[in-house]
Amino acid sequence: MKIRTTGDRAAFMAISYTVVTLLAIICLVPFLMIVTGSFTAEEAIYRDGFRLIPKEWSLESYRLLLEGGVSLARAYQVTAVLTVVGTALSLLISSMTAYVLYRRDFPWRNKLSFFFYFTTLFSGGLVPWYILIAKYLNLRNNPLSMLIPGLVSVFNILIMRNFLKSIPDSLVESAKIDGANDFIIYLRIILPLSGPSLATVGLFIALNYWNEWYNAMLFMTKADYFPLQYYLYRTLNSMNFAAQAAAEAGVEVPIMPTQSFKLVMTVAATGPIIFLYPFVQRYFIKGITVGAVKG
Amino acid sequence: MSALTARTKKPGGFLRKVRQNWIMLLMVLPAVLYFLIFNYLPMPGIILAFKRFNYAQGIFASPWAGLENFRFFFGSGDAWFLTRNTILYNVAFLLVGTALQVLVAVMLSEMRLKLFKKVTQTMMFLPYFISMVVIGAFMYNIFNYEFGAFNTILTSLGMERVNVYSDPGVWPWILIVLNTWKGLGYGIVLYLAAIMGIDTEIYEAADIDGANTFQKIRVITIPCLLPTIITLTLLAVGGICKGNFQLFYNVVGNNGMLFKMTDVIDTYVYRALMQASDFGMSTAAGAYQSVLNLVIIMTVNGLTRLVDKEYALF
Repeated sequence: MKIRTTGDRAAFMAISYTVVTLLAIICLVPFLMIVTGSFTAEEAIYRDGFRLIPKEWSLESYRLLLEGGVSLARAYQVTAVLTVVGTALSLLISSMTAYVLYRRDFPWRNKLSFFFYFTTLFSGGLVPWYILIAKYLNLRNNPLSMLIPGLVSVFNILIMRNFLKSIPDSLVESAKIDGANDFIIYLRIILPLSGPSLATVGLFIALNYWNEWYNAMLFMTKADYFPLQYYLYRTLNSMNFAAQAAAEAGVEVPIMPTQSFKLVMTVAATGPIIFLYPFVQRYFIKGITVGAVKG
Repeated sequence: MSALTARTKKPGGFLRKVRQNWIMLLMVLPAVLYFLIFNYLPMPGIILAFKRFNYAQGIFASPWAGLENFRFFFGSGDAWFLTRNTILYNVAFLLVGTALQVLVAVMLSEMRLKLFKKVTQTMMFLPYFISMVVIGAFMYNIFNYEFGAFNTILTSLGMERVNVYSDPGVWPWILIVLNTWKGLGYGIVLYLAAIMGIDTEIYEAADIDGANTFQKIRVITIPCLLPTIITLTLLAVGGICKGNFQLFYNVVGNNGMLFKMTDVIDTYVYRALMQASDFGMSTAAGAYQSVLNLVIIMTVNGLTRLVDKEYALF
């Protein structure tokens, strides 16, 4: 198809490219600052402040991280297990639920949708929920208290069900006639067609678990179970942390790299999850369909 | 006779339906149990708002306190500014966020340079990946009084340093910009997906009729995006009284000087629970939040039904 370029269009495109470029830069710059800041010598931070391109580079903080990272390695482990187990379990439960809500012949479809949706409108609030988990289920200092809260989300079920709507009913019906039961249809027909939706929603779930710190703050007091972000949170809020890490590693450091060490921790806590994005990006547009909430 | 068959048919019909659909019932069971236990079960716990909670005695055995908790919450004078902050921030987040996301999604959809689109979209999605803990650290790097980037720039321009951590007035702007920045990439994907779903034949027909880019956006793209915009807006209204705890807690922290402008119900409830261990009063504040939230979404949904039934959530 030929595209005629009129004056209007040229003006619109010029504005578009400018706006989008500017926004993209604004989104990127803080990341660059964190990364270059983590490579900045501590004295330079105090002397010149944080800058995009530091005047004095240093690897001191990274050395400290690698040498003294025993508790960091443990936090990585907690987060990795939480992310993998949580994402797998959550995808399984959400996709099964989405599949049943997609089946037009399921008699309690609308009632069930409302049963799920109502939980987003009304809740008992933080305190009864907290007491349920901490007292009645006794999940304090139990990793389950970090796994459970993000496990099933109404919004994810909604997005997955709306994706399934693009699969024609006739596919399900013919499989039924061939004698496949409802679970086999899900396993053999629906799941293989759900790739984009599973990838996209899976990324959101994985991100949620990777960035988990809130439930750890509520329910965890044992350092063994601190996930990465909560470990980072505590690091950022304790000034003496670099000194502690140095002591743990037995390294002599002339000036404690407190500020740059915080940034190194930030890079370490964020880094790995970003590598998921390229694998998922191509599914993005296909995988998200926000249709109506009901029916 | 017919009435009789109808009555006898009903329970049999139910059991038959269960028998026919037992596999699917089993498949939704985990989700049903999940919401039952973690969402519905705590709901009666709201009576704690009328009790003097004693951890050992539990929710139901603790002594009654009448309206004492509510009197304390509303009497402190905090209720008003907490409600105002929570709702106004959410409204501002929603308006600014949606406008920018739709604008950029429309712009991207008109672009032809694939690589440019891919690169900028990736860059704009980056903030979505980072935790609020890390954002708290960003903020510190930017606004720190001694060596923050913002003050570094100000001093290099020969201007006075500013300490935003003691100036509540600037925080609404900071928080709105920050929240918009974080959610931009995600929102763009949602709207871009909706635009990709529009039938290309409509655009081709418009081309034949000689419509220009602006006309096509106004007459085709925006109207086709409207259902998505309305659904996402209504979903957001469903949480209008829920403050974004992670944002407010990490970025503002426990800086009491800023609370008048930055405290939302969720951070208040959290502090009342974890720092003051005032279970009764924090439940009362939470109950107030839940009820207000329900009233608002019911009203908005009712109004939506009046205008167009199709768009209503329920």
